[in-house]
Parts: sequence; structure tokens; C-alpha cells
Amino acid sequence: MNTRLHKALRNPVVAGAALIVVGIVAVALLAPWIAPHDPAEQFFDGLTLEGMPLAPGGQFLLGTDLLGRDLLSRLMFGARTSLLIGVVANGIAVGIGTLLGVAAGYAGGVTATLINRFTDLMMAFPALLLAIALAAIFAPSLWIVALVIALVNWVWVARVIYAQTAALRKSEFIEAVRSLGANWPRILFVHIVPHLVPTMLVWATLGISTTVLLEATLSFLGIGVRPPTPSWGGIIFECQSYFLDAPWLVFFPGAAILILALSFNILGDALRDVLDPTQRGKS
Amino acid sequence: MRKTRIVLAMLAALCLALPAAAQAAGIKQGGKAVVSYKDDVVTLDPAIGYDWQNWSIIKSLNARLMTYEAGTAKLVKDLAADFTISPDGKTYVFKIRKGVKFHNGREVKAADVVYSLNRVVHPKTQSPAQGFYKSIVGFDEMVAGKAETLAGLSAPDDATVKIVLTAPDATMLHVLALNFSSVVPKEAVDKWGDDFGHHPVGAGPFELTEWSLGQRLVMKRFTNYFVPGAPYLDEIEIQIGLEPTVALLKLQQGGVDILGDSIPPARFVDIMKDPEWSKQVESGSDLQTGYITMNVKMKPFDDVRVRKAVNMAIDKERIVKMINNRAKPANQPLPPTMPGYDKAYKGYPFDPAKAKALLAEAGFPQGFETELYCMNVDPNPRIAQSIQRDLAAIGIKANIKSLSQATVIAAGGESDQAPMIWSGGMAWIADFPDPSNFYGPILGCGGAVKGGWNWAWYCNDKIEEMARKADAMSDPAKTAEREALWRDIFIKIMDDAPWCPVFNEARFNMHSTRVAGDAKSFIDPVHIPFNYGKIYAKDAQ
Amino acid sequence: MSSFLARRLGQSVSILLGVTLITFCLSFLIPADPVRMLAGRSATQETVENIRHQLGLDQPLPVQYAKYVWRLAQGDMGRSFKQKTEVTTLILSRMPATLQLMAGAILFELLIGIPAGLIAAARRGKKADSGFMVLSFLGVSAPQFVTGLILLYVFAHRLQWFPLGGYGSLAHLVLPALTLGITGGGWYSRMMRSSMIDVLLQDYIRTARAKGLSPLRVLLVHGLRNAVLPIIAMVGLDIGFFMAGAVVVESVYGWPGIGQLAWQAIQVIDIPIIMGVTLVAAVSIVFGNFLADLVMPLVDPRLREN
Repeated sequence: MNTRLHKALRNPVVAGAALIVVGIVAVALLAPWIAPHDPAEQFFDGLTLEGMPLAPGGQFLLGTDLLGRDLLSRLMFGARTSLLIGVVANGIAVGIGTLLGVAAGYAGGVTATLINRFTDLMMAFPALLLAIALAAIFAPSLWIVALVIALVNWVWVARVIYAQTAALRKSEFIEAVRSLGANWPRILFVHIVPHLVPTMLVWATLGISTTVLLEATLSFLGIGVRPPTPSWGGIIFECQSYFLDAPWLVFFPGAAILILALSFNILGDALRDVLDPTQRGKS
Repeated sequence: MRKTRIVLAMLAALCLALPAAAQAAGIKQGGKAVVSYKDDVVTLDPAIGYDWQNWSIIKSLNARLMTYEAGTAKLVKDLAADFTISPDGKTYVFKIRKGVKFHNGREVKAADVVYSLNRVVHPKTQSPAQGFYKSIVGFDEMVAGKAETLAGLSAPDDATVKIVLTAPDATMLHVLALNFSSVVPKEAVDKWGDDFGHHPVGAGPFELTEWSLGQRLVMKRFTNYFVPGAPYLDEIEIQIGLEPTVALLKLQQGGVDILGDSIPPARFVDIMKDPEWSKQVESGSDLQTGYITMNVKMKPFDDVRVRKAVNMAIDKERIVKMINNRAKPANQPLPPTMPGYDKAYKGYPFDPAKAKALLAEAGFPQGFETELYCMNVDPNPRIAQSIQRDLAAIGIKANIKSLSQATVIAAGGESDQAPMIWSGGMAWIADFPDPSNFYGPILGCGGAVKGGWNWAWYCNDKIEEMARKADAMSDPAKTAEREALWRDIFIKIMDDAPWCPVFNEARFNMHSTRVAGDAKSFIDPVHIPFNYGKIYAKDAQ
Repeated sequence: MSSFLARRLGQSVSILLGVTLITFCLSFLIPADPVRMLAGRSATQETVENIRHQLGLDQPLPVQYAKYVWRLAQGDMGRSFKQKTEVTTLILSRMPATLQLMAGAILFELLIGIPAGLIAAARRGKKADSGFMVLSFLGVSAPQFVTGLILLYVFAHRLQWFPLGGYGSLAHLVLPALTLGITGGGWYSRMMRSSMIDVLLQDYIRTARAKGLSPLRVLLVHGLRNAVLPIIAMVGLDIGFFMAGAVVVESVYGWPGIGQLAWQAIQVIDIPIIMGVTLVAAVSIVFGNFLADLVMPLVDPRLREN
């Protein structure tokens, strides 16, 4: 496994993605020290006399937003929002999904039918509409947004984990363990769950990109994290009507979202190759 | 008796300026105008329509007893040929014009006026405007479902409408000039039922000939309109689904004549810099103020010193700059064009140091933490962040709750939920140019109820008494006295500082070189904003 | 087959009932009063209560839900609170735009996804493969509002090849459909590649190759036919997905699709519209899945036996 990891990292694309993720995490952690300005400070000279934002260059490296705030600093602090939500929301989604997937897969019978029907139901729900409705119910804050995203995203994990657990339960290997008299917690936690860990890990990585995109989308629709907390999607929400005159306000945060999501996608994909050899090279 | 005659003489003078009088300019009829909107029109039922988009369309499809002289807040007669008010101010008798036709060809009779007003108040209609008619005799019974018609409304003959009030009401003539008081034919309402809003029939200058949901509406000149020579345009086409930015480009290329959604803020600076296009921009002011409410029932805003401190902390000039100077800083609730506005009043100065001192005096030398609600549509979250910054400068940490309009309104209507609300996007726009409309629902005790619009929950008995007195002055001879009383009321309210008035937004609108008209026709404060009847096509001249 | 259909139908109905129930509950959990939104700012307390009564919103929730389902069973989705128009009419009026965008988006997805996936599979492990796969990830990772705004900026504002948003002609459709097609194309190409690699390892392909057929012929004639299966399933899923409306793309381009209708309805809590749109979307998703399951055996004889 380690050699496979090494091999994966030798791929320049994967190594690059890993580097970018490390870089963004570093920026997010160090933001208070490396950001040139306070992300919430509305500079008086950050707007032209007509109230237009400043273009990149000069005192503000990447220009200012519509409130005269330094865009670079907001992007740096925005990395915190994206990563935090990415990790937390996706973690909760994987958690819920695994729990329900394992429960259905292992219990089988009525429990499985109930859980699976519920999963089907949630899959039939238009995801973004569900997120919008949930965001309308709970006044958005960082944690609420994370929870909303988790509530929308868990279904996919549940599906996959269910299929694996159900297959494992019926496998000869588990039959053998059971005939040796192992009780169910032992079978579940010692013999089944460890086999699910690779899948969970892959989802924990791949899912982050989905989560980051959903957070950006909610912010873009004006129902994301609470201002003035910087969020990449939120910056675009605030500036989209000005994008013909101030395209940098869309390009920079847009590029940031793209790069982060891209890196996690590549990493997740590589991780799947490493952890799940049967899927190797296929997707 | 003598006094009555003077009153009538004054009213006659007031009403001399008939809508027809403006037709003398020798403008020819003909041509067409294309108006752009992003969203579809919700409804054109005059009893229901109540947003800035359908307001001016409904206005031009219908006629009502009273109206306003174009571009002004001056009441004139519309369907009414004449009217009298009894000396006690409780009985209004209208004579209606002869020969006025509905779009369906039938003549408008007094009974139609009675039917239409009854319809607005009838619970089944679900009109948001029901409350405007509360002073008509029989209102309570009808609202309670005990009566099918208003006892105070009658049509003694085909040309006479009689309205009896329970108490004098200075706003009654204004109410009769509202869109809600439009006269509609019963047979059309019965025929279409709930779909009447999409198949409106009225007696106004234009008639609706086509409505493709989500795509376009076409209004044609009503050839039997009772004002000769009006309106000018043969056709108005309303195109739906045009983003403001797209609409502006289309206007510059010649595909659109009037920007329904106004000039997109982001393009505003460019347009105003352009020597040619800036000529096509008309500007005026709405009867509207943008303000921050402070809930006087919630700590620490129950302390007037805290509220005054907030008033001194907000840098209104900067906020105005942020919205590209499309507004003027405000210092009192009333907008400058509203009768009763106090030009001499200076308001609270922008003085963070003094604000901090006031906070300390109130027992908050270190400031405090609170919440600022705002609507989650640009530019409101930005303005809220600007307010947040100004408050932080005097030590108040305001967390922003940027929510959908419905949620903010619901929070404002609870006595213990929203300490501060930035009103942008939901701010009060007067229904009619009378200061009373700026008091009752938003600063009076009547609005300080669950689900009300008085988000400051301000209720001052003394002021309530003064307002009651002002509202009873329906005698036109007392107009000046009444205005002075209202002026006094709003300045006294500012002493209690339940609001921090921030700015009065200017309305800018732009039209193509193909259409023209008095500047006011594009920014009419009563037609909000277009007076379609007064716009004409240059190529028809 | 008929018992399969019946079971499937039963499942679908229960799923749809669940969707309506959840939507119904969610609508009422929004901390705002739909009646207040309707009644507006000048309404008195009596007016508000009157409207609530007229709309039947003063009845207990279970009663309201039961009535809704009863009317729904008779094909009546109710009338919009605000516009008073029938929800069916409103949804139908959005259908042309929604269907156009769906067709355009799926076309772009296929145009982007299938060739990219084919080439990547044929050149597996080579530079072209990794190049296309990075591109596919790029498509998948780009937020649609960013792609949309950038396409607008470049092709509509700068180059002026296409209109700056709006709806009407074919030219209006290109950019919004492309925006959706880029995301979907990324997924399609990955799917195409992996399914093609599977197929290329099959015996009959080896046989075909051994018979000396040209590699291109093997790839396109023998490979594609079988590898396209998962793509068909994806198209089925996409039909359902797009019927829910592409809220973001519609909002960027001012496209009058069903997503805008839903978004605006949620803002003012127009419950009949929210219910109607969610229901239509859910029906489409269920139907799309069903369609995929039905069509797949027709293309792949191997599935017919199961």
C-alpha cells in the first residue's frame, strides 16, 4: 500500500494536487499573519469616488471588493471557510451515510427496506432545492451551512456503504466467522467496518470538492455563511452584478474554488486507486 | 353653509387641472414602446396588485374616481365629474362622467364603482388593501363576514356614488385614487374568477391584448378612452426575462425603450459618464426612506441614549458613495418630497466620539453585542456590512443576519427577535403622498403588534394623540395646519430616535431616444415609476 | 415484466408521497408567514386572518396535507398564493425553456463526454489520457456560476458572439447549455473512459482485434455500442436532474426555467408552487431512473436475461 502511495505521488498531477491542498491549508491556517490587511476592514480609499472597486495592482494586490475591502485578504480568510465547511460538512455526511448504510446493510430485512426507501426518497429530492429550503429554515451561519450540506450529501455515501456491507454480510468469510460463534458487534466492528474504511476515506476526500462547490453555490445565492465572514462563493455573490466592470472580483475567487475542488477531486481519485485496487485505472 | 361653499370652491380649484388639460401640447398619437423586465408580472388584478412592477401597469389599465395630476402629488378628478363633501366630512357624493366605457365596450355606471369598492373589501377577494377602506360605514361587518356589501356605499342613480364614513378621514380622496379603487366590470370578474388577474378589464387608457406567461405582455391604446387625445402610444410591449444588464444593452442597440428594472447599479457610473446616454437618464425621488430600526422593547435599545448613539455612529455619506451616489443622506423619516418634510431639521450629526460618550453614559462604555437583520439581496448585505463597521467603531458588535425578505419581515413582526433591521429592499414606500401613510403602520402603535411593520416597536401615546388629531383634519382649508402638525410629529419622533434614517434613494430611469415625454413620466412618484399615458413616440410625430 | 412494472410503480408512488410530505413540512418550517407576505405591509390583522382563512391555512397541518393529496390525486396542484394562477399553468409555462435547456445541456454533455472518454480510453496511460482526465476534473470542479459568468464575459460581452443572457432564439441557448454541459461532460467522459476500458478487455474485442479489424473500427463499432450503456443511465438521471431546474445557471443567464420559479416561490413561501415544482422534479427523477432501467436491456442483450 505504501509503495502504491509512493507511486501515486510520483504522478506529477497527483503530486501537484497534493501540494496545492497543502498550500491552501497553510494559507488558511496562517491567514491572520500573512494576509496583508484585515479582511473586514472597509478602506476609505478602497473605493473610487463613484463607489467603484479598485482594480488589481497598487496598494491592494488583487484589488478591492465593493465595500473597499482587500480582495487578497478576503480570499485568504475565505480559504478557512471553504476548508472548514468542506471538512466538517463532508465528515458529517460520511458519518450519517456510513451509519445508515451499515445499519441497512447489516440488519437487512425490514430495517434495510425502510432505510433504503428513505435513501431513495432523498435521492428523488432535487438536492439544491432541498438545500435552499433548509437554508431558508435555519438562519445561515457557518455550522448551519455545514449541516445543511451534510443533510443533502449523505445519501450517496449511504448507497455505496450499504451495497458493500450487504455484500460482505453474505460473503463466505463472514459466514465462516459467524459459524465460529462470533456475536454481532464483533462481526460488525472487527470484520466488516475495517473493510469499509477505504471507501469512507475515498468519499471523505472526493466529497470535499462537492461540498466546497455546494457551499460556494449557497453563498452565491445569498444564503451561505453570515457576512462579513469571507467565503469565496459569497464574494462572487456580492460582486456578480458588477462583473462586466470588475471581472477580477469573479475570476479570482472563482479560480480559488476551482483549484481547491480540482485538487481534492484528483487526490480522491488517486486515493481510490491506492486503496481499492479493483477499481484501479478505471475512473 | 357659507363655509361649505368656500370648501367646495377650493376643491374645485384643486380639481381644475383635469388630466385632459395636459393634452394641449399638440403631441400626436401613434408608435410603440418596449419595456423590459426581468421577472414576470405577478397579477394585474387592481384589488391585489401591490408591487413596484405591476403598480404602473395597473394604473394605466384602469380608471378610478380620483387620480393625480401627472408627475405631482396633486389630487384631480378622474372618473368623477364632480364631487361634494358634507360639512361634517363624513359624506362624499360623486357624480361620475357620462359615456365612459370599459374595455369590453360597456358603459361605466355608478353601480360599477360601488361593486369594485365592495369587491376590494370583501374577504373572498383577499385584497391586501382592505384596511385602507376602514372608515367606510359597514367595514367591520363586511370584514367579519356578516355583510356582503358595505352599508356606507350606494349608487342612488347611474351617475351618483355616495360614500358615508364613520368619521372624517383626511386620506379618503387619496384612497380613492389608489390602484385598489379602480373600477372593474362585474361580468369580467365573474367570467374569469381567480384568473381575472391575468385577464384584466378596466376603463383606463390602455387595454391588455396579450399575455404570454413569462414572455411578454402587450397593451394597446384603448380607442374609447374617455380623455380625448390620450394616451399617445398605440402599443406598449412588456418583455419579460431580460436581465437589467441585458436590457440596458438592448436599449442602447434599439431593442428596448424603457428599462423597467431601472439602470443596473454596476453600469450606472458608466452611463452617467457618457455624454450621449446620460441625456436619456431621468432622475427623481421616490416617497421612500431607507432606515435602520432599533427595537425599543429590546435591551439595550430601550435606552434612548443608545439609539441616539447609533444615529451618530452611521457614516451615511460613505454608504451613499457605496451605492454609487444614487441616494441622498436622510435625517428624518419623511422623504423630502413628502408634505410635512422639515427642511430646517438638521438631524443627528455623524460624530462617533459623541456616540461613544452617549453609550458610556447609558452604561455601555465597552459597547455590546447585538444583531443586525437585512435582506439577502445585493446591495443590502453590503450596506449592512458598512453599518456593521460603523457600529464597531463605537464598540457595538453587530452580527449580521442576512435572510430572505419573508424571514426578516417575520422577525421584525415579533417583539423580541430583531434588535436592529436594515430596511433596504423592504423599506416603506408611501402608498399615497400623505404623511399619515408614513406614520401609522411603521411608527404608530397600530403597527407595533405581532406581524406588524413597526419593527422599532415604537409606540408613544402623546404622538399617537397628535396623529389622531392630524388625521381628523379632513377640511382642505386646514391643509397647511395639518402639514405643520405632521412635521412636528416626525421631528418629535426623531427625539426618541427609534430609527436611524440612512438615505433617500433617488430613482433613475433611462429611456431610448425613440420615446420621449416629460421627465416626470419616467419617474412619477405616484405611478411608481412610469406614467405610460404621458409617454409618446418620437417617430409618430 | 408487468409485475416488475407494478412493483416499480408502487415504489414510485410511495417515494413521491414521501417527497410531498417532506416538502410540505419543510415549507411550514420556514420561519416566516406566507400570509404576511401576501397581505403586504398595509394589511390589518383582520385582513391577514381573513386571507389565512380563505387559503385554508388556518386548518391543522395534517388536514391541509390530506386535502392537498386528495386534490393532487384528482390532478389539481392548486393555485399560486400570490399570482392566483393554477400551479399547473405556471409550471407548463416554464416547460419550453426547461426542456430546451435540458436538451441543449445533454447534447453538450454527450458531445464533450463521449469523444473525450473514447480517446482517453484508447490512449490509456498515455499523455492524452491524463490530459483529458485532468480536463474532465476541471469541468467537474468548476462551479457553474463561475463558468457561466466567465462564458458570459468572454463570448457575450467581449466577443459578442452570443446574447448576454435571456431566452428566445437558439443563440440564447448555447451559453447556458454549454455551462451545464461542461460540468456534465466532465462526468460523462470519466464514465465513458472507465466503461470503454472494461469493454476493451472483453474477449470479443480481443477476437475482433485478432481478426485483424482496424483498431478504430473495433473501438467505434464493437466497443462504443457496449460502452455507451452507463452513459444512457446517466442521461436518464440527468433528465430528472434538469427537470428540477438549473437554479444557478438560470439565474446567471436570466433563463425562465422551472428553477427560477422554484427559487422565487421559496423566497415568498408560495407553498403550492414549491410543492408543485418539487413534485414535478421528483417525478422526473423517478421517471429518469426508470427510463434508464428500461432502455439499458434494449442496448445490451446481456442484461435482457436478468
